[in-house]
Amino acid sequence: MSLPAAAMQAREAFTACAGWEQRARLLMQWGERLEPLQEAERNEHNRVQGCESLVWLVADQRTPAMAFRATSDARLLRGLLAVLLVRVNGLSAAELATLDLPAWFNELGLGRQLSPSRSNGLNAVLQRMIALAD
Amino acid sequence: MQLTSPWRADFPGILALAAEGQTYLDSAATSQKPQAVLDALQAYYTGGAANVHRAQHLPGDRATRAFEAVRSQVAGWLNAAGSQEIIFTRGTTEAINLLAYGLENHFQAGDEIVISALEHHANLLPWQQLARRRGLTLVVLPLDEHGQIDLTQARQLIGPRTRLLAVSQLSNVLGAWAPLDELLSLGRQHGALTLVDGAQGAVHQRPDVQALNCDFYVFSAHKLYSAEGCGVLYARSAAAQHLQPWQFGGEMVLDCDYQQARFRPLPLGFEAGTPAIGSVLALGAALDYLSCLDPVAVSTHEQALHDALLAGLTQIHGLRLLGSPQLALASFTVDGVHGSDLAHLLSEQGVCVRTGHHCAMPLLKQLGLSGATRVSLGLYNDGGDLQRLFTALDQALELLR
Repeated sequence: MSLPAAAMQAREAFTACAGWEQRARLLMQWGERLEPLQEAERNEHNRVQGCESLVWLVADQRTPAMAFRATSDARLLRGLLAVLLVRVNGLSAAELATLDLPAWFNELGLGRQLSPSRSNGLNAVLQRMIALAD
Repeated sequence: MQLTSPWRADFPGILALAAEGQTYLDSAATSQKPQAVLDALQAYYTGGAANVHRAQHLPGDRATRAFEAVRSQVAGWLNAAGSQEIIFTRGTTEAINLLAYGLENHFQAGDEIVISALEHHANLLPWQQLARRRGLTLVVLPLDEHGQIDLTQARQLIGPRTRLLAVSQLSNVLGAWAPLDELLSLGRQHGALTLVDGAQGAVHQRPDVQALNCDFYVFSAHKLYSAEGCGVLYARSAAAQHLQPWQFGGEMVLDCDYQQARFRPLPLGFEAGTPAIGSVLALGAALDYLSCLDPVAVSTHEQALHDALLAGLTQIHGLRLLGSPQLALASFTVDGVHGSDLAHLLSEQGVCVRTGHHCAMPLLKQLGLSGATRVSLGLYNDGGDLQRLFTALDQALELLR
């Protein structure tokens, strides 16, 4: 299956990063591109539990393809959510369930952000996406 | 910064991390171990492991003697009256849970348990849950504007209904010594049992339980430059009489029938199941190692490091310290910067600090914070570690602001 255009763009941009500083700047830029959530959507119901930062996730559409929006109060996490969403949005629920997301983050040089000891909650976001897709 | 640690070379872990480009400043979470501790673990397992207090065979006898020798050593290190006052646990958390279950029958509905607002979850949750089980009141001593336990209010709150006073010696978030002399004497005046949580304190000042005059004192070996899975509960003999066994099985039993049993007295009656023998032996090696160091040199070094840490942190625009840290660690937030972003960028630069609630959620909530960044020091840290921290902080903040 070919990558969505936005995901290809992310891969191109992140693999070109020379070091951590560039990668961090890029993450923050991608974070700014997130589709905003309404104030009312930032509620307890949409909040992803298990993150030390505040993260909200909304599923706008489930069929035929998933469409999520997400945001956080932490800037770098917003960037991570952005590169997650470009990979996930447009997949079917079945595709989402079998997607190798660690591989995707590794490709971008962001693999460590998915490790179990991270409290940024990216793993919790993934679990929530899969649950919402069901 | 000309702050060198003469003990750094004794810790292979800190050297390995440094070689990997990692600056370890999270010793309040867990410490690196000196070679002497690694050697003790290796010697026990390669020399032939055996269970303690069970078999007559030679390795069993040898393990039991070595295990009990560490108990005496811990008693000596704490200045306890005797080794029967030392109970090995899996750590501080288990030691406090042991007390919360072992003392359960000591309390009656309406009795009060007093803790402080800065307690680690380990010295809050066991008492909170005991209070809920038995209809007790959990009284929380508030802090003053400097983050110290407010003694004026403590005098009002510790009273005749207080059956237990449980406070930490050195806060794992605020890095300040609690006014234990005053607090414990208030507790004693009202006939309360007293517990000191020494998880952080024991690492930075050798405890003297007779000078402290507390009934119970607890600490974890892994923070004290030794291995995980071993903690210590000091229980003064007079106070230990109130304890009832809480975990059952193994050699803690004196006589066992199908329908009833009698249990061993302290300390073995409180060590159900096979203890962490290797870790206990390692603790012995850690105490040997620490006892050989010049205590004045260690505390001078730790104080100089802490002074340098505060001097560097307070130069950072918009940085706010939590409380007034005195030793060992400092926690902070930076105006307009999310702690998670700072943690991300510090870890990208190989600086190992901790960001979050530090197992003290109620304290952070009270300070109006969702988290804070904590830098914590061990005796192996040096000026270079701090310099790398400050450089990384500058770079991270430049990116974020």
